Amino acid sequence: MAIDCFVLGAGQEIGKSCVVVTINGKRIMFDCGMHMGCDDHNRYPDFSLLSKSGDFDNVISCIIVTHFHMDHVGALPYFTEVCGYNGPIYMSYPTKALSPLMLEDYRRVMVDRRGEEELFTTTHITNCMKKVIAIDLKQTIQVDEDLQIRAYYAGHVLGAVMVYAKVGDAAIVYTGDYNMTTDRHLGAAKIDRLQLDLLISESTYATTIRGSKYPREREFLQAVHKCVAGGGKALIPSFALGRAQELCMLLDDYWERMNIKVPIYFSSGLTIQANMYYKMLISWTSQNVKEKHNTHNPFDFKNVKDFDRSLIHAPGPCVLFATPGMLCAGFSLEVFKHWAPSPLNLVALPGYSVAGTVGHKLMAGKPTTVDLYNGTKVDVRCKIHQVAFSPHTDAKGIMDLTKFLSPKNVVLVHGEKPSMMILKDKITSELDIPCFVPANGETVSVASTTFVKANASDMFLKSCSNPNLKFSNSTQLRVTDQRTSDGVLVIEKSKKAKIVYQDEVSELLHEKNHVVSLAYCCPVKAKGESDNDVDLIKQLSAKILKTVSGAQIHESEDCLQVGSFKGSLCLKEKCMHRPEISSCSEAVFLCCNWSVADLELGWEIINVMKLNLDNTCKVKGDLL
Amino acid sequence: MELTCLSKGDGFHYPPCHMLNLCGFRILIDCPLDLSAIKIFSPVPYDVGFEASEYPSSDVSLDAQDPVQKKQKLERQLTPADLVCAEPWYKTVKALHLWEASLIDVVLISNPMGLLGLPFLTQNPGFCAKIYMTEATAKIGQFMMEDLVSMHKEFRCFYGPGDSSYPGWIKDLDSEEVPALLKKVVFGESGDDLGSWMRLYSLDDIESCMKKVQVVKFAEEVCYNGTLIIKALSSGLDIGACNWLINGPNGSLSYLSNSILVSLHARNFDINGLKGTDVMVYSDFSCLQSAEVTENGCISPNTDNNYLSTISDNKDEDLAASLLNTEDSLEEMEKLAFVCSCAAESADAGGSTLITITRVGIVLQLLELMSDYIESSSLKVPIFVISSVAEELLAYTKTIPEWLCDQRQEELILGEPSFDHLKFNKDKKIHLFPAIHSPNLITSWQEPCIVFAPHCSLRLGPSVQLLQRWRGDPKSLLVLEDGISSGLALLPFRPVAMKVLQCSFLSGIRLQKLPTLLSVLQPKIVLVPDAVSQRIDLSGMKINSILSFSENETLHVPRIADNTSVEITTDLASKLSWRKLRQRENFGIARLKGGLLMEDGKHRLVTGLEQEESSGKARPLRYWGTVAQEPLLGALLKMGIKGSIEHSTSENGLENSIIHIANPSSGLIETSEMCTAIVAEDKNVASQILQGIDEVLDGI
Repeated sequence: MAIDCFVLGAGQEIGKSCVVVTINGKRIMFDCGMHMGCDDHNRYPDFSLLSKSGDFDNVISCIIVTHFHMDHVGALPYFTEVCGYNGPIYMSYPTKALSPLMLEDYRRVMVDRRGEEELFTTTHITNCMKKVIAIDLKQTIQVDEDLQIRAYYAGHVLGAVMVYAKVGDAAIVYTGDYNMTTDRHLGAAKIDRLQLDLLISESTYATTIRGSKYPREREFLQAVHKCVAGGGKALIPSFALGRAQELCMLLDDYWERMNIKVPIYFSSGLTIQANMYYKMLISWTSQNVKEKHNTHNPFDFKNVKDFDRSLIHAPGPCVLFATPGMLCAGFSLEVFKHWAPSPLNLVALPGYSVAGTVGHKLMAGKPTTVDLYNGTKVDVRCKIHQVAFSPHTDAKGIMDLTKFLSPKNVVLVHGEKPSMMILKDKITSELDIPCFVPANGETVSVASTTFVKANASDMFLKSCSNPNLKFSNSTQLRVTDQRTSDGVLVIEKSKKAKIVYQDEVSELLHEKNHVVSLAYCCPVKAKGESDNDVDLIKQLSAKILKTVSGAQIHESEDCLQVGSFKGSLCLKEKCMHRPEISSCSEAVFLCCNWSVADLELGWEIINVMKLNLDNTCKVKGDLL
Repeated sequence: MELTCLSKGDGFHYPPCHMLNLCGFRILIDCPLDLSAIKIFSPVPYDVGFEASEYPSSDVSLDAQDPVQKKQKLERQLTPADLVCAEPWYKTVKALHLWEASLIDVVLISNPMGLLGLPFLTQNPGFCAKIYMTEATAKIGQFMMEDLVSMHKEFRCFYGPGDSSYPGWIKDLDSEEVPALLKKVVFGESGDDLGSWMRLYSLDDIESCMKKVQVVKFAEEVCYNGTLIIKALSSGLDIGACNWLINGPNGSLSYLSNSILVSLHARNFDINGLKGTDVMVYSDFSCLQSAEVTENGCISPNTDNNYLSTISDNKDEDLAASLLNTEDSLEEMEKLAFVCSCAAESADAGGSTLITITRVGIVLQLLELMSDYIESSSLKVPIFVISSVAEELLAYTKTIPEWLCDQRQEELILGEPSFDHLKFNKDKKIHLFPAIHSPNLITSWQEPCIVFAPHCSLRLGPSVQLLQRWRGDPKSLLVLEDGISSGLALLPFRPVAMKVLQCSFLSGIRLQKLPTLLSVLQPKIVLVPDAVSQRIDLSGMKINSILSFSENETLHVPRIADNTSVEITTDLASKLSWRKLRQRENFGIARLKGGLLMEDGKHRLVTGLEQEESSGKARPLRYWGTVAQEPLLGALLKMGIKGSIEHSTSENGLENSIIHIANPSSGLIETSEMCTAIVAEDKNVASQILQGIDEVLDGI
């Protein structure tokens, strides 16, 4: 059995995350995102690679979307409404609540401002979201008889999850985007120690290692403070959800502490609405926020107001959160056009900007002019601040998670190729786990776990519940517990395998037990001596104890027993088991019998007795 | 597996309590408090300066009163003076005290009411069990316990710090004149309940109890000790209430607590998760409360048979659909609406309404309906919710889409409040106060009004004071929960002139639905309370066996699966040395290696440490079949051993063959149908003969 990991998007790049994994015949699509930097057909994953006929329902068992960012959910309405996928779609509660806002916001930006043809309509979004099944953290969902999925907390943004999927004995985890440290409002990713065949991890910051983020938070606050103190306007282009709330919490808190009265605006009612969702979904935030929310909901921002278009040219300082992020289009770009030429102003860019956007150009160098999409140029004299803390995990976080989960294989997606290659080498060499970095359209196949299943008999399980310690004393004392070796695995064609205790095998085969034993009637003493037999047995057992380590000897009047070895005084004139020629013909004999299990033990005891006899014979001979 | 029913409980507020013994682990399910017992105590007297008027009381009742209660009232009229004037103690599950707390391995709490007695158990220094409950149960249960403690504080203030070791009031109850009803509550039917009375825990006790709790989500799998996989599945009774599914190496067990199939507020009953278990414990005793049974005595077998025949004709999906029809929930809806209209009526007439219901779900729905009702009518009455935890509780209900029914979930996700009243809360139409003496209460107080105030026993909390205020007002209305035995509850407030509305809400599965439910879930063995098996005939069900259990008896349940499943890792399986059997080509047998582990509730055989030692010279230890002599001779000859056969009959009449070996050294092989003995003086010869036997005999 194998697991195939087919990367439709976000292979060696960031954007349009979409990984299709086939586990034992079940096919799961993780994320269904769009590329924000592309305008052509490349913005969507190439779904035609999944099915030539366009029948996706029979090809894909389910879709799981990890969080509401456009590069993870952007292509979903297109896939369900235009391509016609009708199967189950799973999202966490916050993702289900917030994705439509993100999609609608993006759609409006694309259509209203950039004047593009509609990729999907509002109806598409509504219909698509109706098909979504909301799931809770750690809730184990049985998608169908074989496929089981479970979501774990991933940090990153509100409602972001890592997904565990299991088919039969094979299991994988797809991390989506995650954050291994707590931030202002979200907790760190949290997952159980699972047995995994494959871990598919994001690797946005595959080589970065970050220290504490407090100095960088301070840097950001000081940059904004300096700007507004100088009478400038600060523009923070961000998507409606996620960063906006985190930064706003920071600013709101800072405003309170520093008693600043400069207004903070949100560019549309949308984000205010989003704040309401944040208030409702408080159970998905960090422990700290959860504990405080009874007294004061941290998403009740005291200094935040709605922004009006007329305020763009209003005098005086302000801080504005405007959508969309990355300055890729829409209102934030419009405001940027007006504010960029003034050296008093500030543009703070939070997070990652995809190549091709204005945000990316600003971050790449220090341009004095920037080309907008329609050919107009804008002079950039304002200050540019890059917010240096990110809701993505750093390289150490990826390594920590990989080490913690210790999967059999790792696939890296959602990153930049050069740094992914470095991380790949690190995982291979430091953790000794095979690691793959597939490009878009490539498939990685790894072996999957399977267990041989057998029914075990009660007798076997009972024997296994008692220790069966064996001591061996070859060079040094070794203690081994071989309780399972009393069990026998029986496989009959076209039947389920069975495990039975060794004594039960013959019954299972409808055969009769056949006992194979060894026997030897051993001379132990020359006849005619006055000692009685009890002393003889005692004497022998003392000798045996001396030579055979760990032997447990049971003795009675005329016999002794060690394990399956039984010896009893033989009074018969002629014993079948007595060798015909014996050195001391007139002797006392011990008739011995032992099973094949104690083959060696038996011979050892016989040896002891023979030596004993030789010695006494010798002594007697000397005396004579 | 063993099941002991420690208490069959009493309705919603006192859920049943069971002890399970599963795979050697002791599992306690629920740890409730019998809060109805505190009615033997007298409420804290308040001087409200309002003379009780002489109007005759008019009881309005939704359902017939408990006939038992009626009978007892006839025996001897209780007077308010009979009630105990002391700081109340609380009655716990008696039988639980017979169990050593340190021997309990797991505690499962299925709903907030099942949590109320837990601090008594966790106080025990030897207590070390793992406690599981859903997040919402923990949260709401904690609110209720804290509320209980804060309401109890009034008694502490009134009576002062008492002797904590022995309650003096018990002595006074042991005399002849004490009414039988009180004695029965205090000492129990058999007279040995005294030990179950406990002094109330403190806030610290609650905190330390809650620290030991591991919260779970619905359908989250938690693994106890590698052996039991425990899963909470929504039961629909209330927010966070659940049934339990426990998977272990010996099969699966489902525990059905009081459930509501279609809930109006909480997440619906999870049917799919409970299907096809080996054992199902049906612990829904709610039929003891429901009216239809007390009226009809027993469900008539005729209709029952018809029912069963329709069951067998229907398909699985139809059955499930018939279970989930909305009949019951509509009925519940009507009851709620009736309460609302009664409240509105009295408000119209200028009277106030006191609602003492404490079921969270019912309170939320009533609040919603009331505020909708008031909004749509011309009526202008304020709604007050007076409880020390009202504000936190209502704030909490805003943030829990995961625990609500689908429709409310949808509303939350669309950005609307899950309960309609939450928006009124904002408009200040609903006023929340932590206590009746809250500073702002008096400024916004206005009568007539509608007040939600605990506690349903009418002994604790703000309801006592309000009842004393309004009891003489025939225009006012008191809404009580059924099963509260209004006689005793209202005793200290008599004469009561205000109207009393006693309502019972669904708190379990209706008995008629049980056959359908069983045929959908199809467990192999069902355990039902004797109270249920006496009332309904389940013999027509296609279920292996139906066992009935009763209070304080241990029921032993036989194991279902003969064979336990073991999983073997593939790399271990590939390392086993396989033997082919003579004349049995279909078989392969191998002696096992490695170590047997218990992991995720499954036996697993994994690679152990001692591999290299035992691998090389594994030799058979067990043989079966018979030794064929000629081939054995041939095999021995190949190794250079010559022998000759001699037949003989031993003394017990069995056919015996003896093979004499002369070369290289003397020896003989004695063989019969059942056994073979090798006699040789020389060890090497003996080993060679054994090798020869291995070739002609199957063994492992």
